[in-house]
Amino acid sequence: MSLDRSPRTPHRFTLAALLALVLTGTFFWGSPASAQSDEADAARCAFTKAEAVEANGGPLGQSIWGRLCQVRDGKPAFPEGVEITVTQDGKEVASATTDDAGVFVVEIPGNGTYQVALDTKTLPKGFALTDADLATLGAVKVNLGDQQVTFRLGEDTRGSRDLQDYLTTAAKGLRLGLILAVAAVGLSLVYGVTGLINFAHAELVTFGAIVAFVLNDAGMPFWLCIPFAIAAGCLAGYTSDRLLWRPLRKRNMALVSQMVVSIGLSIAVRNIFLIVFGPNSRRYTAASGQREKDFGLVRLTPNDLIIMGICVVVLIGITYMLRKTRLGTAIRATADNPDLAASSGIGVNKIIAIVWIICGGMAALGGILYGLSVTVTSDMGFILLLSMFAAVVLGGLGNAYGALFGAIILGVMQETSGLFVDTAYKFVVALAVLIVVLLVRPQGLLGTKERFG
Amino acid sequence: MSWLGVFLLALQTALGFPAASYALAATGLNLQFGYTGLSNFGMVAFLMMGAYGMAISADRGWGIWVGFALGITAAVVLALLLGIPTLRLRADYLSVVTIATAEILRLVIAARPSADLTGAARGIGGLSSNLGFFKPNFIPEGSYGIGDDFVFNSRQLWSMLVCWTLVLLATLLIRAWVRSPWGRVLRAIREDEDAARALGKNVVVYKLQSFVIGGVIGSLAGAMIALDSGSVGPARWIAPLTFALYTVVILGGAGTVWGPVVGAVVYWFVLDFADGALNNLWFDVSDTTSGAFRLTLMGIGLMLLMVFRPQGILGNKKEAFASAR
Repeated sequence: MSLDRSPRTPHRFTLAALLALVLTGTFFWGSPASAQSDEADAARCAFTKAEAVEANGGPLGQSIWGRLCQVRDGKPAFPEGVEITVTQDGKEVASATTDDAGVFVVEIPGNGTYQVALDTKTLPKGFALTDADLATLGAVKVNLGDQQVTFRLGEDTRGSRDLQDYLTTAAKGLRLGLILAVAAVGLSLVYGVTGLINFAHAELVTFGAIVAFVLNDAGMPFWLCIPFAIAAGCLAGYTSDRLLWRPLRKRNMALVSQMVVSIGLSIAVRNIFLIVFGPNSRRYTAASGQREKDFGLVRLTPNDLIIMGICVVVLIGITYMLRKTRLGTAIRATADNPDLAASSGIGVNKIIAIVWIICGGMAALGGILYGLSVTVTSDMGFILLLSMFAAVVLGGLGNAYGALFGAIILGVMQETSGLFVDTAYKFVVALAVLIVVLLVRPQGLLGTKERFG
Repeated sequence: MSWLGVFLLALQTALGFPAASYALAATGLNLQFGYTGLSNFGMVAFLMMGAYGMAISADRGWGIWVGFALGITAAVVLALLLGIPTLRLRADYLSVVTIATAEILRLVIAARPSADLTGAARGIGGLSSNLGFFKPNFIPEGSYGIGDDFVFNSRQLWSMLVCWTLVLLATLLIRAWVRSPWGRVLRAIREDEDAARALGKNVVVYKLQSFVIGGVIGSLAGAMIALDSGSVGPARWIAPLTFALYTVVILGGAGTVWGPVVGAVVYWFVLDFADGALNNLWFDVSDTTSGAFRLTLMGIGLMLLMVFRPQGILGNKKEAFASAR
């Protein structure tokens, strides 16, 4: 590159800005390929297990269930007599047809992975799948007896996009990127001060979302739940350091071994969440009734704006803290060289504990906001984890600003990639970016070159 | 079920095909992680290569040997693609890239546009009839075993026989290799990479060799799983499988010759026994939370092992990779 002789920091920023520009350019280049979900319609068609039990006239038993629903003239309508077939490894297991409320309950022999197919020929007039390719759901996992599945009905919106659609998708990507940044900063900070790649970070994210859900479900107003859940996250972060990581550091346990411990912790906690929370996705009360508003260039829901606002404020706050305060300086010093920091009178263990508290709180907030923008599930953190890794590596391992930057690029890429590649490849894009960056610029976009080998 | 039944059922899995296939895969992982210290968190990708090599070969009617060859070739290519860029970097990069790659591959295989080659989410079935894996089976039809709970049929015995034979061959091969000067270099790299480099060893090449060989053994395990089950789909090849293999390796003793074998047998026995015991004590558990409970147990077991007995059953504390540095 011709900018090689410019000073270091501008160089890095130029490179990053160039990359961002190229990426943004790429989005508007590709041809639209897949339908975008209409969140407002989805909310109007929302269906819960309680309603399913009522429609079924009794407990669901071992089954795959759901409701077909299409919004017509602003009102939900339900197709009757649609055939739903469940197969496993190519063999038909069972089938059922929808009743007059659009509900179907297909009995299955037990837990496992199934394919669920909707026979489009049996759809009544006026009903259609938004994406005809999605008439068969490939891998429906049933872990806990019964499982809800959703077929999206509505007008086929493919091929009719305007600039607003593209910008809206990019804005949604920005929303995802900001959430990822909030969630991933803690991962990066902890790596910075301890060298640990914490796989259980995913569970801190889920923990925050679940605590907020439980409080919300118990009747507390959603926005009031956020500070409580963040406090719970801070506590969880502190506790995990105090009870687990600090003793392990004291034993001088190798980092690879600590990483394996974090994997064990992650698997155990995730499955405890699955047992306690159940396999279904849930929504916060504040997530319902959201309508997209037209802002000229983009269409966003009020929640989108609030989420992005919270993220921006928190991220500016954390950047200010790291840059300008004594605590931030101490954290950066510890990350740079723990021994030197200790000999300059910084209480390294105290700093690490504080970093864990920040990490837990930020992860919880990220989880809550992700849960608000999508849904709350027991494995949401794990689904986000690879994106968080990708973001952190993209920006430079251990560099907190890098994590911010990487997360935003990644969020926008992940979301907008759905416009020009099959949506099934959404996460593939994120992970492919990770690998390409490691090949070309292993220290990350903002990282300093200090590797060896 | 009686407690004897629970015991025998657990013993059946611990000696049967599940343990054999885990032992084979863990043998490959042990070379990479136990002997060389490479934290390959995407081991499942190599198993996937082997399984899909076999499945694609069956689908096209190319036969079993082409299936093995496809799987092994794919594993070698994957190991080189992953290893050449990342083995030069810090160890943490390898772990992040391998886990990401395994997930990418699984998603690509499961995606609709891949349906022609991999059958996408439906997968590929009919492997045993197309490949004739059970044709050379000389064990007469019937059931062999004790009582009702410890019984194998002739096909199960054949799968077990083939897979345990492969485990034995792989283990003996690795035993010979790790006792050679080559194996000592691997261990030197694990203990202190800089020291090995200072002695003039080309560390990256040694790591790459270990990575490729471990991957090939993993692909054989994947091929065996495909042959035994007769069908291959994308749902099985998820990250928890990799971590189950880590549990097996560490349980048996990372960096020991027979560790993976002992680890696989004990792992399956403990898990199945706990499952059966839980069923006995708390009857409705298998319907609702059995899978999640199993994984919780595995996760906690992995943590406790790492903290309290990192050398596993057979390992030597002095040489344990996990010892203080």
